[in-house]
Amino acid sequence: MKSFPGYPESMWPSLEMVEKTRPKRVERAKQGLKVMEPMTLEERDEVLSKYHPDYQPDARKEIRVGPNKGEKLTAKVVDLLESHARVKPNEVDLSDPDFDVDVLIIGGGGAGAQAAIWAMKEGAKNVLLATKLRIGDANSMMSQGGMQAAVNPHDSPVIHWLDIMGGGHFANKPELVKVLTSEAPFITKFLMELGVMWDRDETGHLQTKPGGGTSRRRMLSARDYTGAEIMRVLRDEVKNHPDVITVLEYSPAVELLTDEEGRVAGALLMQTETGEFIVVRAKSTVITTGGFGRLHIKGFPTTNHYGATADGVVLAYRVGAKLRDMDTVQFHPTGAVFPEQIWGFLITEKVRGLGGQPVNKNGELFVFPLEPRDVEAASFIRECARGLGVTTPTGRVGIWLDSPVIEELSGPGTIEKQLPAMLRQFHRFGIDIRKTPMLVYPTLHYQNGGIEINERTETNIPNLFVAGEASGGVHGKNRLMGNSVLDYNVFGRRAGIFAAQNAAKNNIGKKLTLKHVEKWEKELEEAGIKTKRISPILFPDYRNFEILKKHRKEFDPFIGFALTGWQE
Amino acid sequence: MAEQEVLNKEEERKPQAKMVPVFIMGQKYEVPEGSTILNAIEYAGYQLKKGVGCREGFCGACATVYRLPGDYKLRGGLACQTVVQPGMYLAQLPFTPAQKAIYDIDEVKPDITTFQKFYPEAFRCLGCNACSKVCPQELKVMDYIQAIMRGDLELAADLSFDCIMCGLCTMRCPAEMAQYNIALLARRLYGKYMMPKPEFLYKRIEDIEQGKFDKEFEEIMSLSPDELKKRYAERDINFKIT
Repeated sequence: MKSFPGYPESMWPSLEMVEKTRPKRVERAKQGLKVMEPMTLEERDEVLSKYHPDYQPDARKEIRVGPNKGEKLTAKVVDLLESHARVKPNEVDLSDPDFDVDVLIIGGGGAGAQAAIWAMKEGAKNVLLATKLRIGDANSMMSQGGMQAAVNPHDSPVIHWLDIMGGGHFANKPELVKVLTSEAPFITKFLMELGVMWDRDETGHLQTKPGGGTSRRRMLSARDYTGAEIMRVLRDEVKNHPDVITVLEYSPAVELLTDEEGRVAGALLMQTETGEFIVVRAKSTVITTGGFGRLHIKGFPTTNHYGATADGVVLAYRVGAKLRDMDTVQFHPTGAVFPEQIWGFLITEKVRGLGGQPVNKNGELFVFPLEPRDVEAASFIRECARGLGVTTPTGRVGIWLDSPVIEELSGPGTIEKQLPAMLRQFHRFGIDIRKTPMLVYPTLHYQNGGIEINERTETNIPNLFVAGEASGGVHGKNRLMGNSVLDYNVFGRRAGIFAAQNAAKNNIGKKLTLKHVEKWEKELEEAGIKTKRISPILFPDYRNFEILKKHRKEFDPFIGFALTGWQE
Repeated sequence: MAEQEVLNKEEERKPQAKMVPVFIMGQKYEVPEGSTILNAIEYAGYQLKKGVGCREGFCGACATVYRLPGDYKLRGGLACQTVVQPGMYLAQLPFTPAQKAIYDIDEVKPDITTFQKFYPEAFRCLGCNACSKVCPQELKVMDYIQAIMRGDLELAADLSFDCIMCGLCTMRCPAEMAQYNIALLARRLYGKYMMPKPEFLYKRIEDIEQGKFDKEFEEIMSLSPDELKKRYAERDINFKIT
């Protein structure tokens, strides 16, 4: 039997089948990238309704409190929202703020950095960027594949718009999508002028790749470190303006603050290590806290950053901001299944954009490789449910993502040049993805919905702005690849601009309050919700409780200095 | 879908792993063999508030210094990407107090004089290669610094591109420079001033500014839901390059 380095012997027969079917598949791919016929809208609906985790009977439940009361949202999101505040209003003195700023930005990812830069450009004199970990510790840093922008002559912002609307099941706010696609070329140029090294050919032509659900090549990239390249440049630019922008790290917001009239007027921050409170008064507050991957909805692993606990959604909901599309969850089709150490890690969609093919244990193609993400993910789950997946020694199941096809199509060296992060990731565990495929299964990836915004990134609450993954409306019920990077750049910038303009109007009262928290707690009580949960949870909790429980007759998860909020 | 739920139930699949001893900040713990350093720290009972980030090798937040028993060498790695070894001694490095120059990217020149001005310490490189040896991304750190010393920003940008800015090189450098910040400046200069310019992009921006797509947008945004679905279903998929 032929051996496959990095994989246990039990998986070799299937790997051999993949090799055997490869020449034929490569032949088909050479005729163009459509190696299988894409699904019709009806076929999409069928695979989604039967196999996508969102469509399972227990996926959603009704929320009993707050602005979306009575609506069905993702069950775990409901639990997160139906929780107590981390602070008791009567225990905090807000009379002597530590900061009094024009614009407060909560969250130090790509949207927050863009907002800080553009708030400054728009004339804000005093910008505070507060973040839970370090600036740049965010999902923005991890996006690999790229950013969509309609830059090719036979493409247009209108075609881009139509792809997004269809991918989002037409639930998107059309005017937000128009802003997104129309400003994409501009933001590409802005990032380039900051020094982002977009992949280009020798004439300067931007390299473009196809992505799931796109009808043109429009995915721009910077190798497969696209997000890292953008984020480190934006972070550097933020740090180049210490006279205007103050960066406060390891200081998440635990509650928003309001004035006497219920308008947002800043936030209460807490240093994670010492528990010290920091009171911030702000004329405009921008939430750029990202999404909810670390909630591990339906037990899935996640591609997300450690800090992705949907803090901003919790804070905004409590002051009365309306959410939308929080009933769908994006599962990325290609999360790593083997080796165990990288379970759930992101395998970039760029692998399929470059021609990589998903195949079952017999090496057969079973789905068009570039369907929108929800459809592609549901198809993978279906294939495994049919018994055509591959099982690992620890009992996990996945399908193959045949990466060696890429070099057969585009020549040796393509993977090293285009997918260095992926090559390195697997090389660390003895697998060479130029020669052997990767085993994949859907992994929790993105919060499709969020706090509802308009084109000016305003919410229904005065002085509160939102951008990036925390916001809702741009992606409808399903985001297409490359549009989250675009989203945080386009709307992060807008949030900075409109927050600065709003700050100039000085629409806040003198006194800071936590009245909304009093109201919230009362509402929980009236709805009969009895729980020990508190939120925002700030960090996931991966401690081994068996060890911590040893010798203790009673166990309190708040043992030590944990910031847990999730233990029932 | 019952099988789905089973797939995700952790406890039902964990084989009885062999335990190995590790020393986290000097204290001994038994952790499962094959764990990454990050998983081992959490298994031991810590909830990390620093020294943890993306957990997938992209953000550089979890730089860790370690030593193996019977060996004098201090090694570096990312906690999320390095598998524990029996008897490993480790300390995390959640923050690197490195200098970063403040500059106006629109004013600086893409040549060696910029580095002489903002990072003169780069020119004190001793050629010891300690930086390259410790780099968890296995980058040729010394080579990119040497390229900058020669004014070859293109090579420096290329060699340093996969840098995740974890700071380990800086902590090992006898010349006390912040290689990762120096390289970032080189890449920004290269990306902004030296890479060829994308003409299609400028043309597209001009078209948008002149309202070339306004009519089309108006038309498509006025379609009824059914008409829009039809338009979507019938759209052509064309992956040609131009």
